[in-house]
Amino acid sequence: MDEEIFDVIVVGGGIAGLVSAYQLAKSGHEVVLIERGVEAGSKNLSGGVFYSRIMEEIFPDFLKEAPVERHITRNIISFLNQTSAVNIDYWDQRLADPINAVSVLRVKLDAWLSGKCEEAGVMIMPGVRVDSLLKEGDQYVGVKAGEDELRAKVIILADGVNSFLAQDEGIRPKQLPKYLAVGVKSVIGLPRKVIEDRFRVRGNEGVAYAIVGDCTKSVAGGGFLYTNSESISIGVVLQLESIEKKGLTSTVIFDQFLEHPAIAPLIADGELLEYGCHLTMEDGPAMVAQEVSRPGLLIVGDAAGFTVNTGLTIRGMDFAAGSALAVAKTIDNALKNKDFSQSAMNMYRMELDSHWVGQDMKTYKNAPAFFETSRLYGDYGQLLADIFYRIFHHDLTPRKRLTSVVLGAFKASSLKVTNLIRDAFFGLKSL
Amino acid sequence: MANFGSIVERLNGNIYHLDEEESHIEVNQEIAKKMGVGKLFVRICPAHVYSEETDGSIGVSYAACLECGTCLAVATPGSLKWHYPKGGCGIAFREG
Ligand SMILES: Cc1cc2nc3c(=O)[nH]c(=O)nc-3n(C[C@H](O)[C@H](O)[C@H](O)COP(=O)(O)OP(=O)(O)OC[C@H]3O[C@@H](n4cnc5c(N)ncnc54)[C@H](O)[C@@H]3O)c2cc1C
Ligand code: SF4
Repeated sequence: MDEEIFDVIVVGGGIAGLVSAYQLAKSGHEVVLIERGVEAGSKNLSGGVFYSRIMEEIFPDFLKEAPVERHITRNIISFLNQTSAVNIDYWDQRLADPINAVSVLRVKLDAWLSGKCEEAGVMIMPGVRVDSLLKEGDQYVGVKAGEDELRAKVIILADGVNSFLAQDEGIRPKQLPKYLAVGVKSVIGLPRKVIEDRFRVRGNEGVAYAIVGDCTKSVAGGGFLYTNSESISIGVVLQLESIEKKGLTSTVIFDQFLEHPAIAPLIADGELLEYGCHLTMEDGPAMVAQEVSRPGLLIVGDAAGFTVNTGLTIRGMDFAAGSALAVAKTIDNALKNKDFSQSAMNMYRMELDSHWVGQDMKTYKNAPAFFETSRLYGDYGQLLADIFYRIFHHDLTPRKRLTSVVLGAFKASSLKVTNLIRDAFFGLKSL
Repeated sequence: MANFGSIVERLNGNIYHLDEEESHIEVNQEIAKKMGVGKLFVRICPAHVYSEETDGSIGVSYAACLECGTCLAVATPGSLKWHYPKGGCGIAFREG
């Protein structure tokens, strides 16, 4: 290729890469985005609940224009045992106004985002795998794909959870199996009417199940089931170290989950539309603590570890978008000042830390275990609803630690302090 | 329960652009055997890419790979060479 130097090269056409590219092109910069799939989205897979308020900051008409499936207004937490299931069925009209979470299918969503990028002037290069990074001294100056070299003032690595490019460069370590989890997922087609009847939803409303217990056969992780417009996304997420130790087989666990008497009726008569899998994270905050920048190089989205998996929600897409905004701001600034040194790149961390993106990472540092340690039953319906409202309602303000969420909800209720609550409280304290 | 068939049958419903020339997966049979990691690949891969042959070696059907990276993440050093297929090749999800 010739000597043209772009302002920015983005590697990876997932949400992180596409949002970064869009923002920078909107600010008038010359951006090229390279994606190894035949088009942006074709390699990408999420469970599928997107806490979408962040997208409305970027695309005010996101909910009208983007290919979103259903608005999630019911969250069901299902404790699955071998021959029984206990569900917490949390429906809340407040989750519909404003709309807080939507189900999505990534191939459709990413294609839409890619179109938005092109409209904004991003040059998209699909079907190209970046093989390595170009460096001059300490400074990253471009990428290499096969024999071709492409240069830019700044490179964004948005290449997803594996991020081989950062590993090959020794910027980030090979991740420990305990930080990672494999998701095995199927999309199962069902007529709209069947979905409405079976899941008791109307119109565009939808349900998200978070399932714990028997669905993973004692492997750390969980299951999920999300309603789309005319299909169901269903899967299990299995922590790698744990499945390795337990000696179990991923596909057997997945099939037993689909056959579970509490689950099978939900997908009965469905048609398999797709069988897929993808890596995700069990401990995103530990990965975000690793390096996320070098001179001329910033790492964003899953490539930098931006996923919080609490067992009840996996949030990676909103973090991908949120970290992309921080990256775009840092680069816009660097381009204006013509300064691509490490100290200019360090603005990225500061941006993150001043935003819910970085703050949530800290809040969830001592991670999950909420439903492993807490015992929830009895008359705590209202208390639970208020807690869950605050868990599932992401209004882009920094998250409060769960302890203060619970205490606030508890104070507002008329319940007495009991041993049970004290147990729950200490369990939550680690969150 | 809805019967979706074997994993191979399910994968047949997916779209792949196969790289006929090059496999992106290579097991070092000797190291895999010594470390016993081949059986782990067989168990952990959601696409049943790996199989244990009668002679104890590990067979690789790279065409079925869904490119998650799980096998590489659990591989002991030296037991597996794995990289993304070349641009435009491999799985092309339609749903995600
Ligand atoms: C089973 C499962 C369930 C999940 N559920 C949810 C959920 O319900 N809600 C939620 O918010 N998040 C969920 N997540 C997490 C979410 O999917 C991720 O956080 C999100 O996809 C990250 O976006 P990204 O853009 O950083 O990376 P990705 O979407 O992975 O995009 C990376 C892109 O880079 C490309 N690429 C990689 N290497 C190269 C290269 N060398 N050259 C060119 N291109 C390259 C890839 O093809 C890909 O398009 C889930 C994840 C999994 C696996
Ligand atoms: S990358 Fe995933 S699908 Fe491909 S061989 Fe490895 S474990 Fe199987």
